[in-house]
Amino acid sequence: MSTTALPFPGLRGVPEADEKQTAKEFTSDQEVRWCPGCGDYAVLKAVQGFLPELGIRRENVVFVSGIGCSSRFPYYLDTYGMHSIHGRAPSIATGIATAREDLSVFVVTGDGDALSIGGNHLIHALRRNVNMTILLFNNRIYGLTKGQYSPTSEAGKVTKSTPMGSLDHPFNPVSLALGAEGSFVARTIDSDRKHLTSVLSAAAAHRGTSFVEIYQNCPIFNDGAFDAIKSPDTKADAIIPLVDGEQIRFGAERQYGVVRDQDTGSVHAVEVADVAEKDLLVHDAHSPDPTTAFALSRLTDNGVLHRAPIGIFRAVERPTYDDQAREQVTTAHAAAPGEPADKLAALISGGDTWTVV
Amino acid sequence: MSKQVKQLDRVIIRFAGDSGDGMQLTGDRFTQESAAWGNDLSTLPNFPAEIRAPQGTLPGVSSFQVHFADHDILTPGDAPDVLVAMNPAALKANLGDLPKGAAIIVDTHDFTTRNLTKAGYAANPLEDDSLAEFAVHELDLTGMTVEAVKEFGLSRKDAARAKNMFALGLLSWMYGRPTETTVAFLEKRFAKVPDIRDANIMAFNKGWHFGETTEAFVVSYEVKPAPMPPGTYRNITGNLALAYGLVAGGVQSGLPVFLGSYPITPASDILHELSKHKGFGVTTLQAEDEIAGIGAAIGASFAGHLGVTTTSGPGIALKSEALGLAVMTELPLLVIDVQRGGPSTGLPTKTEQADLLQAMFGRNGESPVPIVAPQSPGDCFDAALEAVRIAITYRTPVMLLSDGMLANGSEPWRIPEVAELPEIDPKFATETNHTTTDKTGEEKAEFWPYLRDEETLARPWAIPGTPGLEHRIGGLEKGDGHGNISYDPANHDFMVRTRQAKVDRIADSLPPLEVDDPSGAAKVLVLGWGSTYGPIGAGVRRVRKAGYHVAQVHLRHLNPFPNDLGEILKRYDKVLIPEMNLGQLSLLLRGKYLVDAIGYNQVNGMPLKAAALADAIGTLVGEAEGIEVELVATDAKTKEARR
Repeated sequence: MSTTALPFPGLRGVPEADEKQTAKEFTSDQEVRWCPGCGDYAVLKAVQGFLPELGIRRENVVFVSGIGCSSRFPYYLDTYGMHSIHGRAPSIATGIATAREDLSVFVVTGDGDALSIGGNHLIHALRRNVNMTILLFNNRIYGLTKGQYSPTSEAGKVTKSTPMGSLDHPFNPVSLALGAEGSFVARTIDSDRKHLTSVLSAAAAHRGTSFVEIYQNCPIFNDGAFDAIKSPDTKADAIIPLVDGEQIRFGAERQYGVVRDQDTGSVHAVEVADVAEKDLLVHDAHSPDPTTAFALSRLTDNGVLHRAPIGIFRAVERPTYDDQAREQVTTAHAAAPGEPADKLAALISGGDTWTVV
Repeated sequence: MSKQVKQLDRVIIRFAGDSGDGMQLTGDRFTQESAAWGNDLSTLPNFPAEIRAPQGTLPGVSSFQVHFADHDILTPGDAPDVLVAMNPAALKANLGDLPKGAAIIVDTHDFTTRNLTKAGYAANPLEDDSLAEFAVHELDLTGMTVEAVKEFGLSRKDAARAKNMFALGLLSWMYGRPTETTVAFLEKRFAKVPDIRDANIMAFNKGWHFGETTEAFVVSYEVKPAPMPPGTYRNITGNLALAYGLVAGGVQSGLPVFLGSYPITPASDILHELSKHKGFGVTTLQAEDEIAGIGAAIGASFAGHLGVTTTSGPGIALKSEALGLAVMTELPLLVIDVQRGGPSTGLPTKTEQADLLQAMFGRNGESPVPIVAPQSPGDCFDAALEAVRIAITYRTPVMLLSDGMLANGSEPWRIPEVAELPEIDPKFATETNHTTTDKTGEEKAEFWPYLRDEETLARPWAIPGTPGLEHRIGGLEKGDGHGNISYDPANHDFMVRTRQAKVDRIADSLPPLEVDDPSGAAKVLVLGWGSTYGPIGAGVRRVRKAGYHVAQVHLRHLNPFPNDLGEILKRYDKVLIPEMNLGQLSLLLRGKYLVDAIGYNQVNGMPLKAAALADAIGTLVGEAEGIEVELVATDAKTKEARR
């Protein structure tokens, strides 16, 4: 039985579990070895809790990771998994997802893994729209190599490798994913389990590459990087929640909104009292045009983080690479019926031949 | 006018012209005609890396050499008997390879001052005596072609483009080639442009008629079909045979082939070919880079497909880390390296076999990878199947080292019977393989991904979707058996040795080496690998023909070496290792067998030449046996006798 009946087109073709599974079943017997207080624990818990909800067979779930702290993730899930090499997880996952429609494929990666050494594979996975869910744990620092700045670190960051401050302008992962033709692009926070789970559900439901940036705190090398959006005192002003079909409003009193600059097309935050109601932007994650989603992604601070939109920026349907690749194989196969051995014999005897007796 | 027909036992023709003159096509058609006629043959395309190098210049010269004979031959030949030169640059670039007395057919049309200057000629060589020692036929091929096709109303440029077919027609007459296949080919190729189609066929036929009627050629030649073992034959290039071998590997193992590849010369044709065979369940992914190519192939292998990646030397350099991952995760994987001149970008369209040590050692850590190499274009089919067998049976990446000469060169290939191809059983794991007892004394069935087969040391291949066998693999060191991460020193030492032992055990599955030592009296052994098989074999034949003893062994497996290799090496006083590198196999043999291997090394982007190799072998035979070896005189004598 397949899950075509479930509200998850992203899982079409993946066999359904016979009975309800539990988070415990998805938990491996390996001891988790992240630092105490690491944001990864919360994400792991959320994922272990969320996977059984998908209703698919555990043996048809594959987690692939690269290298870095977050990339240990697959070891802690009792599914199929591969802890591969630095930056290459999207390419390996592309092979798995293209080869097998009946597998649900997840990639776990970090800001260094996905955006620095593996940047090329990330953008091409997004462009191809291979059916997989990419969880990018962004802690804005290199953890496993002990504290160098990463491609998402704010410029001027003083680290072991940049004692006078880093010189690199950082990536905005959401902007990058949108620019790379991402069909599903979202951002969530490690400590907000409810939001995290809701985004993961939407990501799994999406057919194509789902890109989820997870703000994740590294208590050792970059503690407090996301305090503004986590602290009860500031988060109402710092988080710009994106909810499809709703006006974009934030602040403790919902006193802020977002309007479009008619001259440039960019968007910016305003006090709602200062603008006309009709000018307040209503979020449309399904808009075929990514322009507004990109403009919204630019509301993220690229320096020290004080404010960031959180939620699903974009979720649009687009044919997936793997579905089409399998379709080509199916079509070609149907056009050339017969026993493989007979077909092989015909193939190798093609062209101009002559017989010696 | 009836002309004299002279019998020849073999002929080497080189078609040379500008990159845009269609010389590869011309050579290929002549080859197909010769194959249809039943000659044994061997070809050597040689073209610039640039798609259209500056017209009329030396770097822009493209050539195609075909050697055809009434007997079994091994190489495309050292020196052409006939050179077809379509312009001054083609003449100049190839003249140095011609022996005295060789025939040169020149298209005089392009011998203008401008073109002569472009080719670096101060004076017209057709007008001085610089070509005195050759039999030169000066013909206005272009002019005759334009005249021949004028009824089709083509532009002068388009009309002149058919000159290669005029030349082909002339050569086809000269050597009595059957023309039907070429006419059929032109009809198909230009089906959508009737004018061009008819002009090319007309030019081809007019070329033939010109040969028949002109007084410029008083004789034509006949090279009788070669006796070959019974069977159905076709002409095949190495890249095509390799692609067919991969398709066959998929059929014989029952696994869908998954190719992850990035375009690179001279390997791209394998990607092109495999992309046509989706009907066999073949998936081809043109990746964003070399690393993604192998990454996707590893992912596909993990998912239970036959993962393949194809590339050339620079691509191998990029894939090294991922190849190490395949070694560590012990997944079946084929890595095809069609070697070209290096280092770096090197000579993309020329041949070399200098990636052997890269294949052996080009990774971090102790990272053993089995290596197989084909010895001729047609043999690429069998080598691919053997690589598939090793990869699947031993759960390991396998390197297949082809090269530019094999890739683009061609030979008649006896089409194998599919029923006779080896079957390869992937033996997927379907059940748990281990029982543990927990603290409460309760027994629990588990799957251990690194519990090995006692004979092969291969680990089980459990693919996602198999219930109860969920497991994690990765690049970190594995604990023996259970496969969980292990930093234990003793375990690492054990696993390093076990991975090596697994690859070493492949040798137990190999047949004994074929030692070609007809007299049994040889003191000198010539040992080679890869595409040097032809030149070595031809060199060895010359030495034997001159009455001397020499043995030949050719290696299919470079890692591990066959079990009997050490003993064979000991039997001979001297061991000569011809290679298109600076002595890479020599280094390996010296290290493993402490044998005083003598290198014969040439790294000029071209195949070894049989004559020079015969001289080297002869010298060594002389030293080993304490005798004077006279090859040249004898060779000349036999050549004389032939004429």
